[in-house]
Amino acid sequence: MNKSVFLGALTVVGMAAGVASAATLDDVKSRGTLNCGVSTGLVGFAAPNTSGEWEGFDVDLCRAVAAAVLGDPTAVEFVPTTPKTRFTALSSGEVDMLARNTTWTFSRDNDLKLEFTGINYYDGQGFMVPTELGVSSAKDLDGATVCIQTGTTTELNLADYFRANNISYEPVPIETNAEAQQQYLAGACDVYTTDASGLAATRATFENPDDHVLLPEIISKEPLGPLVRHGDNEWGDVIRWTLNALISAEELGVTSANVGEIGESSNNPEIKRLLGTEGELGAMLGLDPNWAQQAITAGGNYGEIFEKNIGENTPIGLSRGLNAQWTDGGLLYSPPFR
Amino acid sequence: MSDTHAQTVAFVRETEIPPSPPPASEAGVIKWLRENLFSSIANSILTILGLIAVYYIVVGLGPWLANSIWQSDSLAECREILDGANGACFAVIRERWNQLLFGFRYPVDEYWRPALAFVLLFVAILPVLFSHLPRKLLIGTALYPFLAFWLIWGGSVLIPIVALLGFVVGAVAYSMISARSFVGAIAAAVIAAAATWWAGGLLLRIGADFLALRAVPSRDLGGFMLNMILGTVCVSLSLPIGIVLALGRQSNLPIIKVLCVIFIEFVRGVPLITLLFVASVILAYFFPPESNLDLVLRVIIMITMFASAYIAEVIRGGLAALPRGQYEAADSLGLDYAQSMRLIILPQALKISIPGIVNVAVGLFKDTTLVAIISMYDLVGLIRGPILASTDWNGVYWELWSFAALLFFVICYGISQYSQWLERKLATDHR
Repeated sequence: MNKSVFLGALTVVGMAAGVASAATLDDVKSRGTLNCGVSTGLVGFAAPNTSGEWEGFDVDLCRAVAAAVLGDPTAVEFVPTTPKTRFTALSSGEVDMLARNTTWTFSRDNDLKLEFTGINYYDGQGFMVPTELGVSSAKDLDGATVCIQTGTTTELNLADYFRANNISYEPVPIETNAEAQQQYLAGACDVYTTDASGLAATRATFENPDDHVLLPEIISKEPLGPLVRHGDNEWGDVIRWTLNALISAEELGVTSANVGEIGESSNNPEIKRLLGTEGELGAMLGLDPNWAQQAITAGGNYGEIFEKNIGENTPIGLSRGLNAQWTDGGLLYSPPFR
Repeated sequence: MSDTHAQTVAFVRETEIPPSPPPASEAGVIKWLRENLFSSIANSILTILGLIAVYYIVVGLGPWLANSIWQSDSLAECREILDGANGACFAVIRERWNQLLFGFRYPVDEYWRPALAFVLLFVAILPVLFSHLPRKLLIGTALYPFLAFWLIWGGSVLIPIVALLGFVVGAVAYSMISARSFVGAIAAAVIAAAATWWAGGLLLRIGADFLALRAVPSRDLGGFMLNMILGTVCVSLSLPIGIVLALGRQSNLPIIKVLCVIFIEFVRGVPLITLLFVASVILAYFFPPESNLDLVLRVIIMITMFASAYIAEVIRGGLAALPRGQYEAADSLGLDYAQSMRLIILPQALKISIPGIVNVAVGLFKDTTLVAIISMYDLVGLIRGPILASTDWNGVYWELWSFAALLFFVICYGISQYSQWLERKLATDHR
């Protein structure tokens, strides 16, 4: 008797959760804010500034989605998540989407029942060592102590790489990037390994960046992207196409400066479709016709967001590399807006 | 006879010889040095080692503090100004002090509210700490939690008033019936309080803006303020709960005893961090997404549970240390259970438990930084996350962590000094 009551209660709770998570787009619209899971703090990607406003590459994607759905880039509730709590926060419905430099992997997509809706940054795992160590290749790192963030794919890649090359290492587990920097500089580990973007950003903040060198090997593919829960394709499509709109906008030359008038003045039909001056693309997503215009106005197109937060003119100084448009030899390739 | 004597002695000293000064090696600085620093070979070695350590600390820290920079916009600028010299970059604290104290989301023009609540905390806590102050001040202490809630979270003043009214009505109902039946009085109190809150809820719907301060949601709290809130609330809640649990564990009623033992042993057998993870992520699965119980409230419940189990064990130690004669004496005076506990047993048991309770309280206060793990921005979370991840301040460690250490040290040292004073004051034994 008691057991069945308990199970019944569980079922009700489960159904309530299921119902609530089925139509995230409607939830977000009725709530009036987007709950976006971000990192608790990663240089250039997500961090609050002096006045408490969130800024960064991932943050601007959240703002673009909020602008597309709600017409207001500030209607975002940023929920900070750690590598360990991020997937639970998404699965339990605490956040509507994660934009948290999360690597798209097979098991996260299928086993954790999450849906990656594109790639906003192509990364790869690299190594940083002090120059004085005299190491020129990752294969020379036999027996090294390695600082590694726990709960990440980099941890698994590291084990794979050293096993494949039949060399040994000693891991020094750490929780956050800031902690890793400290440990590495204090000499607690010989090597720091994480995504190459993170290494570059970290090295840029050192007092003497020239004393440290990034090894040439990139040992993994780290496609970072936004993700949502399985089973809500309409919502997943909103995120996917918002990201695609930002990428297409750069390819088509639509910027935050000209987005207001180019929809009317341009002769390019794809720009007109993208910005909603022609066709019904917004309605197909369940959004306003000018959804993409709103998203681009929020923080600019993909290229502008990149340059503003992590580009070569920022202290982080990342070059576009793989993240250039396909027309410039990169991997960014948005499906057409048709 | 006496005359003879007087003539045979040529000289009689009539005053004492003034004491000659001690030898140079047995006086003043030299004596002190010999006795305290160089009394044996081993001690001399230790003294020299200690001096060397002090020297290195001063040489290391001195320039670092002397060259410290308070005016700068980023770490890079600090380094430019220092130009290779060794110096602290305290500019980060100057720029982010408000975030460190209040969190980065608390509205800037409302900082006076938590600051006022902090000052009032001392006013409210004084009559509890110092029993020679007039007892009437305790009324202020009882009102303080409601006032502090209103100041920190904002919203209509009716919310804390209704909450307070519920307690008052409950207490009145209890005192009216308690003479006849204890259980009946408890039930009446609960029913009366619930009815008051329900009626107050209706009232709140009408007067939601009555004398309203700007509402600040829990997730916007942060910084040292969050540590202070968690520490104060959890310590003050866990003390009475801990006493009840300790008495329950000693109870003769088997069900109460078993329940208390299970609770204490379960909570003590689980790490605090696990309870916090349960509070932050697992509970979210059981609530429908829109009806989320406030995260700060969930964390307060978990930390209070944790602390009360530990305090219960500390107090049980105090109870066990009382001689059996004390219990029997209380019984032989004809006191009932509540009276004997209140008048005879607990005053003695709590006095014995003071060092243990303070130990738990200090430990608990420092443990509140663990909420950083579940991505709440307390002082440590703020430093680890937002500040160290900003492009401006990425790489500043010593300055920030020393500031955090200083804040915690001030509070914990204060608690410890108070408990030593209290122990001396309550000491009735002959030592």
